[in-house]
Amino acid sequence: MPVSVQTFGTIAEANRALSAGRGAHYMGGGTTLMRAINEANPDVETLIRVTDPQLSQVRLEGSAVRIGAHVTMREIARSRELAFLAPVARVIGGPQVRSAATAAGNLFAEQPYGDFAGALLACGAQVELGDGRRTSVEDVLRSPPRSIVEAILVTPPADGLAFKKITRVKPKGVSLMSISAVVPRRGGRVDNPRIVFNGMADKPARSNGAERALAGHPLSAETIARAAAAAADGFTPRDDSHASGWYRREVAGVHLSRLLSELI
Amino acid sequence: MARKKPIQFVHNGSDKAVFVDEGENLLDVLRRGVGDLTPKYGCGQGTCGACTVIIDGAPRLACLTLAETIEGQSVETVAGLAGGQLSPVQEAFMAHFAAQCGYCTSGMLMSATALLRDNPRPTRDEVVEAISGNLCRCTGYEAIIAAVMTASGQQAA
Repeated sequence: MPVSVQTFGTIAEANRALSAGRGAHYMGGGTTLMRAINEANPDVETLIRVTDPQLSQVRLEGSAVRIGAHVTMREIARSRELAFLAPVARVIGGPQVRSAATAAGNLFAEQPYGDFAGALLACGAQVELGDGRRTSVEDVLRSPPRSIVEAILVTPPADGLAFKKITRVKPKGVSLMSISAVVPRRGGRVDNPRIVFNGMADKPARSNGAERALAGHPLSAETIARAAAAAADGFTPRDDSHASGWYRREVAGVHLSRLLSELI
Repeated sequence: MARKKPIQFVHNGSDKAVFVDEGENLLDVLRRGVGDLTPKYGCGQGTCGACTVIIDGAPRLACLTLAETIEGQSVETVAGLAGGQLSPVQEAFMAHFAAQCGYCTSGMLMSATALLRDNPRPTRDEVVEAISGNLCRCTGYEAIIAAVMTASGQQAA
């Protein structure tokens, strides 16, 4: 069945078209949807596009950086305002994928392709929807909105973002998992940490076990060991061609420990 | 009959106007519509890089590019690299025997060309990174890396 493509000048028009049909999908960079079309996936009947150039802009908004939904990984990797996210953007796919894959698209990427979404979750980023609502990345991951995403608002973490992607093939490989960690310290103790794993659940998710082990303690080797031991608590990662769920659970703490040790 | 859409773009420096099917990818348009057979069909999944082209200066996968989105843009393929004589990257690939079966070569050449325009004197690691989206099933990577280093005027080793 041929695919129909509908192109609109504004998000408002596109939102109306999107809500009209079950087989309608919003296309950003196309790295996921074009694969589906090339496979003749019958679930993709209609592609909805928006050509508004504002969706491709990065700008400062108070202390936050506003990333338009269509900003690509290549642009993020080269943006001065988004230098803290550049190490994440640089390991999404290869150079050709980074020229097309978008910031907002990664929020809806199938596992294990949500490394950038994981980093946004760790940073506590917000999402601006085309229907005027503002919500958190956490909410978008938990329950994908019916509206098109217009932009992502993210404030650079004062204590930095630590990131590690674990792959079998280097330099470009699919994630076995990635870890994004924001570990603020107040008075020598960890305060309100956000530890996010991508690849350990059906969406990027916070490790409650690791966060509990870190919160309120100095970031020492002992604290890191406790966080590593609790890293996989509550996660039931899937088996795929890259690693088994068992393997992922076994190594999650090891990689978290290595990442956090760099922050001491 | 599927609806056709007219698009115009610049193909290797020449204006082109073609009709594309809705949902058609750029690779099919280049190969069937324009008759440029230099971008290759490998996986259709964005994994192999055989269809790499340069769109407005950035390396892209033609198989994952919705054809109608390139309206007004510039698309470069291997067919446009040699203007009377081979480009320095093509010369270096020949000198280093960097093609075995040759299926990945056009994608490798476009990734290397995009890199050297952006970064004329890359490190070896930067070359490895630049071709990381291109698979060579003959595993001839060393010769390819050496060729790109030579094309940048640096020692291959």
